[in-house]
Amino acid sequence: MRSYNPTVKGHPGQIKRALDLIVAARRPMIYTGGGVILSEASEELTELTKTLGYPITNTLMGLGAYPGTDKQFVGMLGMHGTYEANMGMHECDVLLAIGARFDDRVTGDVKQFCPNAKIVHIDIDPASISKTVRVDIPIVGDIKAVLTDMLKELKSQKKNIDSKAIASWWKQIDKWRSADCLRYDRNSGLIKPQFVVEKLCEVTGGDAFVTSDVGQHQMFAAQFYNFNKPRRWINSGGLGTMGFGMPAALGVQVAYPDAPVACITGESSIQMCIQELGLAQQYHLPIKVINLNNSYMGMVRQWQEFFYEKRYSQSHMEVQPDFVKLAEAYGHVGMRIDKPADVEGALKEAFAMKDKLVFLDFVTDEKENVYPMIAAGKGQHEMHMAPEWELI
Amino acid sequence: MRHIISLLMENEAGALSRVAGLFSARGYNIESLTVAPTEDPTLSRMTLVTTGSDEIVEQITKQLNKLIDIVKLADLTEGEHLERELMLIKVVANTAEQREEVKRMTDIFRGRVIDVTDAMFTIEITGDGNKLDAFIEAMQQSDILETVRSGTTGISRGSRCLHI
Repeated sequence: MRSYNPTVKGHPGQIKRALDLIVAARRPMIYTGGGVILSEASEELTELTKTLGYPITNTLMGLGAYPGTDKQFVGMLGMHGTYEANMGMHECDVLLAIGARFDDRVTGDVKQFCPNAKIVHIDIDPASISKTVRVDIPIVGDIKAVLTDMLKELKSQKKNIDSKAIASWWKQIDKWRSADCLRYDRNSGLIKPQFVVEKLCEVTGGDAFVTSDVGQHQMFAAQFYNFNKPRRWINSGGLGTMGFGMPAALGVQVAYPDAPVACITGESSIQMCIQELGLAQQYHLPIKVINLNNSYMGMVRQWQEFFYEKRYSQSHMEVQPDFVKLAEAYGHVGMRIDKPADVEGALKEAFAMKDKLVFLDFVTDEKENVYPMIAAGKGQHEMHMAPEWELI
Repeated sequence: MRHIISLLMENEAGALSRVAGLFSARGYNIESLTVAPTEDPTLSRMTLVTTGSDEIVEQITKQLNKLIDIVKLADLTEGEHLERELMLIKVVANTAEQREEVKRMTDIFRGRVIDVTDAMFTIEITGDGNKLDAFIEAMQQSDILETVRSGTTGISRGSRCLHI
């Protein structure tokens, strides 16, 4: 196509300049997005991150590009990112942004975004460079190609990383991390959505394909399912498409007929495309629907609680179908789980039914909110924490 | 700052609407826009005049480049360039004195009278936008019956060319 001539190879001079900055950093942060996954550059990213020994955070679309259980991973960043990731961004002196687009859910108030940082940005799309945040060293190119060149250059360079500065930076990050910002009440007697995702991660060995819709369940999935591999986490990201999860899960199951596929959803999102339960039956696609049913459009309810003085409007799902019967009506298996003690057993039972679509309707705590939260337009350091949370 | 962006684009249905859609979706300003096929029938040449800060114009050119319909583009205002606009203007010319005056003015602006009735002249005039504005200014406002302007087109000076 004559009008499509992307720059694939990064400019060697820019790569050298970027590395000089990165190696000299005292409080570095690596921030990567979905571009790393699109470019199939997870391996290179992981190698670079481990070689440097720097902390890394992923965007919602970038989860899985770097192993989620690795100690250098500080969690997702942004509006519902971890304390350590967002504070790390706010305090860093060099930011290496790779295949990420500085979305408003990541930056918050752009004027307060990484106030002390020099920014290196690698992206194949020149229009993404300096779009919302001024970049100091842009590198236009395919991420895999650029990271490969960067690694080569880094290894041939004799410059040393200031290990003392990096160690004290890690000390600071570990202090933020020890605050355990994702903690939730484990003794409420109610099923907490976080608990379901945690158990799902355990039961599937963290290796399932997970799709989601949009809302609180999506954020809980992103926070609590530790994605260790790329292309395991499929959601509509910035498009914010409720109803995306189940059709996406069916597509994944078509591509990987024997793989465990879970659609983490909510009672509102799932009803956007609930008719596809028919398609699932028609093509024998045994996905597992994890319905975190809190009887609310939870994210809408959360915003109404925080920002509209609890004037809940049109967010309560007062009328719902009996999801068990509905699943059965389509010839699937339905389960309703309303006690925390039954969560793990139900998940194990569901995933053991390898040839059946199982609809798990988890009755979860109506009042649970997603924390931490940065309100729209606030700085990354202005996080809203869970009520029981105390700053260390 | 005013910028003249010159584009080579696929001569296909929908190409223009993509450009217009990009400008309206992102809230960019279009001052004028002209488009016609080139000597290569698969390509159209568009000249687009826009205003904005350096950051905004940088984004405009990058976003335009991203459109698949757009093959190549250049910001003419970055270098030496020529710009022209065509105007057709209908003015009242009733009396001998009036006809004399309009004709004289047209000559001064190096325009041409291209249609005549016993009550009016139609004049063709080319130049940059300021010149056309000056001509309109020079006419009696109440005598102007109709104006139509093509919008700016432009080309770079010297051997620099926008081609594929």
